[in-house]
Amino acid sequence: MDETTEGSFQIIGGNFGNAGEASMQLKSKLTELGVNEAIIRRAAIATFEAEMNVIIYAAAGRLHYYINRDKITIKIDDMGPGIENIELAMQEGYSTAPDWVREMGWGAGMGLPNMKKNSDEFRIDSVVGEGTTIEIVINLS
Amino acid sequence: MKLSNIVENLSLEVKTGENNLQNDVTGAYISDLLSDVMANGKEGNVWITLQTHLNIVAVSGLKNLAGIIIVNNRPVQEDVLQKAESEKVTIMSTPLPAFEIAGKLYQLLNG
Ligand SMILES: Nc1ncnc2c1ncn2[C@@H]1O[C@H](COP(=O)(O)OP(=O)(O)O)[C@@H](O)[C@H]1O
Ligand SMILES: [Mg+2]
Repeated sequence: MDETTEGSFQIIGGNFGNAGEASMQLKSKLTELGVNEAIIRRAAIATFEAEMNVIIYAAAGRLHYYINRDKITIKIDDMGPGIENIELAMQEGYSTAPDWVREMGWGAGMGLPNMKKNSDEFRIDSVVGEGTTIEIVINLS
Repeated sequence: MKLSNIVENLSLEVKTGENNLQNDVTGAYISDLLSDVMANGKEGNVWITLQTHLNIVAVSGLKNLAGIIIVNNRPVQEDVLQKAESEKVTIMSTPLPAFEIAGKLYQLLNG
């Protein structure tokens, strides 16, 4: 794994049917590269939650991953409403998901906390009215 | 225990993923919240839920779950079944509610 492996996906807001595609492909790529299973599990959880948030809250977004010898870096940026109070949004149980999304079993307010828990480095930036950017780093060694 | 033993003992209807029934089951997790299953479900678990929409396939696949048991005979749409089949995810169904199927499964796994 001397070179960087990378991939990128478009995510369309509201497109629940394709949810998980980016995460599945990243998971297969990591499996192919022989990455440790516990690390793959963490990457899958964090990526899927990030992907879901774009689908639930934003109009569109992009997920980009880079894998090199030392780490997996996953960047998700969206064109969405942005998050007014990031500290509040990071609290477990906080959710503004509408009822129909909650009926699907999303909106437990665990997504951002799950991302953070499963990453070694987690950064979130958001501008209200513009969008949200998340960077997740998972170390490989 | 193999998934096939569970299917037989609990009279589950196998809707997709017939080929995965030889997989080992490590336990079970019951939740209708998908983030909860992402966080707390374990590899090889059977997932008991009333959710039937497309995202359950991604959750099961990403977490390497042994399969999904849909309770109360809730109908599962054709597109979900097709996706599950193509992702090699086993979907099973029972007429029982979650409490009852979980009780039986608990006894079977720990009895
Ligand atoms: N990409 C995003 N764009 C806008 N708001 C977001 C985004 N991601 C998260 N949020 C806000 O943060 C809250 C908490 O997110 P999360 O922890 O994933 O829980 P949930 O999605 O279950 O509500 C969301 O309800 C929403 O208000
Ligand atoms: Mg979320």
